Amino acid sequence: MIKFFLMVNKQGQTRLSRYYEHVEINKRTMLEAEVIKSCLSRSKDECSFVEYKDFKLVYRQYAALFIVVGIDQTENEMAVYELIHNFVEVLDKYFSRVSELDVSFLIS
Amino acid sequence: MPAPIRLRELIRTIRTARTQAEEREMIQKECAAIRSSFREEDNTYRCRNVAKLLYMHMLGYPAHFGQLECLKLIASQKFTDKRIGYLGAMLLLDERQDVHLLMTNCIKNDLNHSTQYVQGLALCTLGCMGSSEMCRDLAGEVEKLLKTSNSYLRKKAALCAVHVIRKVPELMEMFLPATKNLLNEKNHGVLHTSVVLLTEMCERSPDMLAHFRKVRQLSSSQLVPQLVRILKNLIMSGYSPEHDVSGISDPFLQVRILRLLRILGRNDDDSSEAMNDILAQVATNTETSKNVGNAILYETVLTIMDIKSESGLRVLAINILGRFLLNNDKNIRYVALTSLLKTVQTDHNAVQRHRSTIVDCLKDLDVSIKRRAMELSFALVNGNNVRGMMKELLYFLDSCEPEFKADCASGIFLAAEKYAPSKRWHIDTIMRVLTTAGSYVRDDAVPNLIQLITNSVEMHAYTVQRLYKAILGDYSQQPLVQVASWCIGEYGDLLVSGQCEEEEPIQVTEDEVLDILESVLISNMSASVTRGYALTAIMKLSTRFTCTVNRIKKVVSIYGSSIDVELQQRAVEYNALFKKYDHMRPALLERMPVMEKVTTNGPAEIVQTNGETETAVLETKPPPSGLQPANQANDLLDLLGGSDITPVIPTAPTTKPATAGGELLDLLGDLNLTGSPVSAPAPQIAQPPFLLDGLTSPPLFNDIAAGIPSITAYSKNGLKIDFTFERSNTNPSVTVITIQASNSTELDMTDFVFQAAVPKTFQLQLLSPSSSVIPAFNSGTITQVIKVLNPQKQQLRMRIKLTYNHKGSAMQDLAEVNNFPPQSWQ
Repeated sequence: MIKFFLMVNKQGQTRLSRYYEHVEINKRTMLEAEVIKSCLSRSKDECSFVEYKDFKLVYRQYAALFIVVGIDQTENEMAVYELIHNFVEVLDKYFSRVSELDVSFLIS
Repeated sequence: MPAPIRLRELIRTIRTARTQAEEREMIQKECAAIRSSFREEDNTYRCRNVAKLLYMHMLGYPAHFGQLECLKLIASQKFTDKRIGYLGAMLLLDERQDVHLLMTNCIKNDLNHSTQYVQGLALCTLGCMGSSEMCRDLAGEVEKLLKTSNSYLRKKAALCAVHVIRKVPELMEMFLPATKNLLNEKNHGVLHTSVVLLTEMCERSPDMLAHFRKVRQLSSSQLVPQLVRILKNLIMSGYSPEHDVSGISDPFLQVRILRLLRILGRNDDDSSEAMNDILAQVATNTETSKNVGNAILYETVLTIMDIKSESGLRVLAINILGRFLLNNDKNIRYVALTSLLKTVQTDHNAVQRHRSTIVDCLKDLDVSIKRRAMELSFALVNGNNVRGMMKELLYFLDSCEPEFKADCASGIFLAAEKYAPSKRWHIDTIMRVLTTAGSYVRDDAVPNLIQLITNSVEMHAYTVQRLYKAILGDYSQQPLVQVASWCIGEYGDLLVSGQCEEEEPIQVTEDEVLDILESVLISNMSASVTRGYALTAIMKLSTRFTCTVNRIKKVVSIYGSSIDVELQQRAVEYNALFKKYDHMRPALLERMPVMEKVTTNGPAEIVQTNGETETAVLETKPPPSGLQPANQANDLLDLLGGSDITPVIPTAPTTKPATAGGELLDLLGDLNLTGSPVSAPAPQIAQPPFLLDGLTSPPLFNDIAAGIPSITAYSKNGLKIDFTFERSNTNPSVTVITIQASNSTELDMTDFVFQAAVPKTFQLQLLSPSSSVIPAFNSGTITQVIKVLNPQKQQLRMRIKLTYNHKGSAMQDLAEVNNFPPQSWQ
């Protein structure tokens, strides 16, 4: 099951966040900061699946934006990896060449 | 008051903020504006304000005052208002707030709205945050929508139904009739969500699972064939632009269907058979050049491993995993390692083939891959490869990150204990671990190690010498120092006498030994437990050393006034020992007797004792510690269970001296005058390592020919039982034994019952005998077939129990069969 879906940029600013399980609001910012820290510290040739507390993070980097999805043990990690890419392709079609700025204004 | 700014403006303003504090200021100002606008009950701009509030909530600022406004928006008639209102409800409200119940009526009305988009919004919100009361009220509406023909609504209704089932499992039956037609749709969206719904139902309730598996009247409505057909269409159909992802048609649906097939096929032969073909097809036809194909293959492999698939399919799956391991892409390797870990229990041999690749992964730079490779390596260690694997693992221990060291060290200890080929190797390995990762070793490892060292009697001199050399240079690693001080205390005389066969003996004087122990005592780095060990060791040396007794007395008396209570107590007691009880001192401090690790389940016990006497030894056994895996006090008398002899090591020590270790351990428990915490450990029940290797022969990798010699398993009192063997080349782990019982006395043997028991790693199947009467004078025999499954190719041993009536009296006998020819089990 997907626990959360985040789009965070390299400076740690959250551009989009969606939680599918209840998480306290102050814990959310902490979670996002820790997640982005562990993703930033990985190099390009390390694998995209990180174990974090009791779930796994699948992340993908697009320019300066990280898309991170938190999943639990029952999910197929590679399918989620594909899902992230599919999502980005959809955004690309919708905004015709999407950029981080578009994503920031996504909610409106 | 001026019109509130648009969301875009707000976002633009926030982006110009340079620091966190500036951003917070802006947001607070805006929040105040929004709050006053809410108080004014302004309908036109409410939507804009709530949108801004949601944005600020996403950034992490509290936004609870907007909840009621969301409700007002939902109740409005304008679509834009409703949209923001529902979004706000999903983000801000959940069942913890009481306000959410007010939404129920709104949602109910909207579920019956004329516009499908409004209905869709309501379904989304209900599916996202509906509480159990709301779900109960609205489940009927959802079910109605599940049956409509509008595919946009149908897929949303299916997902909403998933949420309802999660919240209120009792309502599952309500959705059952609607699921009948769900899979007949063409629309992939509906298909996908229906598969999710079916998966959720099957996972939650075993009744549902049974219902979906069984045959129904119309074969076309059976679930498994339907799914197989859909999957086949997906693979075989040509290019379809709306579902294509890098050349594969709708991979997400394929993965979902595979997962549902996995749940349906688990532990069910019929369903598994129905899906064998399609799984083979998917596995062979999917393109592996892109990540998409690999994702589907991964799911297929997981499914094949989980259901009762045929062996050809399993081999295919393991080969796919092997290919993944060799791939350059890190993601794929990680996924391969994870799945191999799951399958190593069942298909041990197949995974062994890839051992060298797995060991290479230990050297990878990626942390996730290293962790997986380490776990998998530990699972793969067995008697044959233990030396090579241990070398690699020790090298890994040297160079890995600290977070791995504790796990790696415990893993190495466990593996070394189970499979050590010789005592010296075992002790060397332990020493290596202690010196490289000494501070990460778990505390309970120290008593285990000490017990191990006392058991290897001939290695005492070598051990103490090595330990002494190790702490000479550096005594900061606590577990190492503890073990070393204990050993020096015990075997100090061996150390100074300079005898050591294994290594170049070093010349050490008694003063030097005392120097090192004293520095451990004084050092700031030593924990108080370590100091206790050192003090006790010094005391013990007073009986072993001859010329430095005065020095020892002095040291002990100094610590009589130490601040540490534990040390003080020990020192005072030892002082008393010197002064008042000097005559008892040698007796009290003499060499610790060998702590026999009594095994409950070594076959040696069975050879010497017969059933009844064994229970006496068993009772004195305290419960095993967590560190020793899978050793339980088995009821050795229960032969009908068929599996109670459990050697973990294939070696079968035949003449292990049956020192009643149980009583000894109780004795040690009382001896706390020696003070060392080691003397009263929870005695470990584990294997006596490598005692008499008489029965292991080196593995002969010869072909399994049909000509396996038969043996006479039992011959006593005129009853003779012969074993003949057969093995098939296709399934070499099964040995079929045919027993023939013959009677050479002059009276028949009646009511003959043959029972057999094998060690835990084997499985036994006894077929029914030809008769229960053995006629006299060898004029006829009873034949019975035994099938033995030996997946790990360990040496076959069997314990048999015979009961029969002869000459009017009931006879009973127990025997052990050890003379199985090597070809019957290798």
